[in-house]
Amino acid sequence: MASIHSAVLDLKSLDLLANGNSTIHRLDARAKVLVTLVFILCVVSYSRYELTPLFPFFIFPVVMISLAGLPTLFILKKITLLCPFVLAVGIFNPVFDREILIQFGHFGISGGWISFASILTRSVLTVGTAFILVGVTGFTAVCQALESLGMPKVFAVQLLFLYRYIFVLTEESGRASRARELRSCGKKGQGIHSFGSMVGHLLLRTWQRAERIHTAMLARGFTGEFHANRLSRFGVSEVRFVLAWSSFFIFLRLQNVSQLLGSLVTGLFP
Amino acid sequence: MHMADALLSPAVGGAMWAASAGTIAYCSGKVRKDIDDSKIPLMGVLGAFIFAAQMINFTIPVTGSSGHLGGGLILAILLGPYAAFLTIASVLVVQALFFADGGLLALGCNIFNLGFFPAFIAYPFIYKKIIGNQPTTGRISAASLFAAIAGLQMGAFCVVLETTSSGISSLPFTTFAAMMQPIHLAIGIIEGIVTASVVSFVYKARPEIMQSALESRPIGIHPVRNILLAFLAMAVVTGGAFSWFVSTNPDGLEWSITKVTGHEALNGPEQGVHATLKALQEKIAFLPDYSFRKTAEAAKGVSIPEATQEHQKTHPEQNPKASQSSAETSIAGLAGGTITLGLAFLIGYILKRRNQRTPHGFNT
Amino acid sequence: MSHHIVEVKNLRHVYPDGTAALKDVSFVITHGESVGIIGANGAGKSTLLQHLNGSLEPTSGAIHIGHTPLSKGTLPDIRRTVGMVFQDPDDQLFMPTVFDDVAFGPLNLGYTPADVEQRVTEVLELVGAGHLRDKPPYHLSGGEKKRVAIATVLSMSPDILVMDEPTNGLDPFARRQLMKLMRDFKHTRIFTSHDLDMVLELCERVIVMHEGEVWADGPALEIFGNDTLLAECRLEKPFSMQGCPICGRKTHAV
Repeated sequence: MASIHSAVLDLKSLDLLANGNSTIHRLDARAKVLVTLVFILCVVSYSRYELTPLFPFFIFPVVMISLAGLPTLFILKKITLLCPFVLAVGIFNPVFDREILIQFGHFGISGGWISFASILTRSVLTVGTAFILVGVTGFTAVCQALESLGMPKVFAVQLLFLYRYIFVLTEESGRASRARELRSCGKKGQGIHSFGSMVGHLLLRTWQRAERIHTAMLARGFTGEFHANRLSRFGVSEVRFVLAWSSFFIFLRLQNVSQLLGSLVTGLFP
Repeated sequence: MHMADALLSPAVGGAMWAASAGTIAYCSGKVRKDIDDSKIPLMGVLGAFIFAAQMINFTIPVTGSSGHLGGGLILAILLGPYAAFLTIASVLVVQALFFADGGLLALGCNIFNLGFFPAFIAYPFIYKKIIGNQPTTGRISAASLFAAIAGLQMGAFCVVLETTSSGISSLPFTTFAAMMQPIHLAIGIIEGIVTASVVSFVYKARPEIMQSALESRPIGIHPVRNILLAFLAMAVVTGGAFSWFVSTNPDGLEWSITKVTGHEALNGPEQGVHATLKALQEKIAFLPDYSFRKTAEAAKGVSIPEATQEHQKTHPEQNPKASQSSAETSIAGLAGGTITLGLAFLIGYILKRRNQRTPHGFNT
Repeated sequence: MSHHIVEVKNLRHVYPDGTAALKDVSFVITHGESVGIIGANGAGKSTLLQHLNGSLEPTSGAIHIGHTPLSKGTLPDIRRTVGMVFQDPDDQLFMPTVFDDVAFGPLNLGYTPADVEQRVTEVLELVGAGHLRDKPPYHLSGGEKKRVAIATVLSMSPDILVMDEPTNGLDPFARRQLMKLMRDFKHTRIFTSHDLDMVLELCERVIVMHEGEVWADGPALEIFGNDTLLAECRLEKPFSMQGCPICGRKTHAV
């Protein structure tokens, strides 16, 4: 099943990127999670019509990608598959908001288009940094970072198990789905009834697998507790990283840098 | 119907995150205490199963378009509300991190919208009530249908609330609701039918699975607690909405005040109300509106009396002078913005070149 | 190194749906023996194996491991002694990385992190998977998964190693590697397999199961020479005993 297969490949490749060895990769996961959160909060705190103040924020993802050696095209491609819901809702902004906010001679740009552009820019920034976070940290490390930042252990375990078995189950369902497709000869065989029983079968097999895993866990002495054996260090470089980037974002948020630079430039060349 | 960061304000996003995180913590405690540890691999594996199942298409009758399973209700039926909520949340986390499904701030909204309503409202109050203790095929179909529809309607409504209270989208509340609710009614019907199909299959093949799922949930013992939970969640959402109202829309309040008090009295009370609102705003919402002020202030050397300046700040589109100066500031902003973008990419390019010269390999 | 005897007496297991998977199974395996359990699909081999570490409860009959009777209370000790490797390594590798999986057992047994670190490193070297330490399971090949699955059990230092279809699905090279590993394990080895050539190479003793009962229990060569028995149990001679496929000459006179 093409889409399952490519989705899983995406998962694997993004997670594989986290095995790199740059300075960014070596930072403790908690630092990277915190910086990403500050970034996102700053970006979304702008009001509707603010577009150009968002531009300096691109420095963060760009620097991260370069320093960590992440493949730019790959990240870009993933970002372009933006959540369709955002586009569907955002496109109504120009429809409902036709108040002209900027006049360039005869040419007027309505608030709706500005806010739509702002929405798109925010999407790229927020989604891009989420990808970069996984690309330089890895899913497992992110989960462990969240756990040490207060996430309940049960949920952390759930995330790790889920991630572990996504690959196994997508393969299984991919095979079943392909078999169903091959015997479908057009859409007739792909209706809800065949979906229901195929998924039902998969569900039962999944249930049995869960029982086997539980047996394997018991066989190795599991009594309900997961023991931590990971040591992580939040040292000087981490503190520097968090403080430097956070203050930078807050500075950008409070000071419209695009405005400053622009006034400088247009002031010099009237 | 996944919320996205780009449509959220920090206040709403934060409020929803608080609601979701609180529910996750609560469910984690319940799972740890009440449910036997064989549930642990089951939750993980069923989560992966739902994740995989969501990628399989089926054709919807009549329309011929393809549909996908949501799965929240199925998880609630198989795992009970607490474990199901955690499982749904975990699937959404993976989707947010790997598939651009909205973003990290919106994750709080999505976990709540897609997890809370199926697990804590649709399942206990609709599905189980219809099923009773005799899961016949007819009852399974009816229960799944109504529970799925209800869950999705509530979730969709929450999305409408979150979007409109964030103030980034310009969609009016009624229009948005008028679009979302019917669409999700259709989606809910499909989800209900598919859920019924899967659940009946499982029930026929291994009824003991359904039995153990039905028996293991302690929720029946404390219905009041769940209602309270629901109200707490609604309160948090409304709280977020309130903080929006105060923080990003003082002009809405102001406008109704002008209507009431009349233009002449604009100065006095308006100043007073606006000042108080501003003070409140600064206390509740940390960052909004600052650059709005800055933009107006950067208007090139036009001296405007204070009252109209206030008015200008909040209604720039009504004041021609303001829109002119805002055009000027916008040009400056655009120029500056392009420069910063260019600078950002230049920095990135230089860094990449440096990195390529001193290569660092991947760990084996 | 104590004398861990595996004693199965009149073991009977009936599944909830009424299938009698095991009907009165008895045998004794002494320390250091290498025993292959063979039989048709559905003969009860996997069910039998699952009783040996208490994963299943007998309907009747008794099991003793090293003179300790198998019961709810003695399960933790039995599980330290009997290490079980399952058929599907994906069921056994459920932690985020190889290191975590191999460390899971010792951590549950209460070893200190430093001890665990040492154990895991040693065992990974032993199975030839040292370089896989930080890899997540989905990045491993079938053969690597099998080896790591064995490592997850060996890190608990079991005295008895039980494996369900160990060479299932492995390519020839991985199979050879695995067989060398099993040969090097000096304690009791019990495994089920359809790979009769492997059983011939590694096991001095073979138990033949058929329809939930033990139909034969003796030296491997003797059993593999008994054509009637093999046919009745839906089995064959190992390929290496079946004669040259090209010239038809028998390579071994039994």
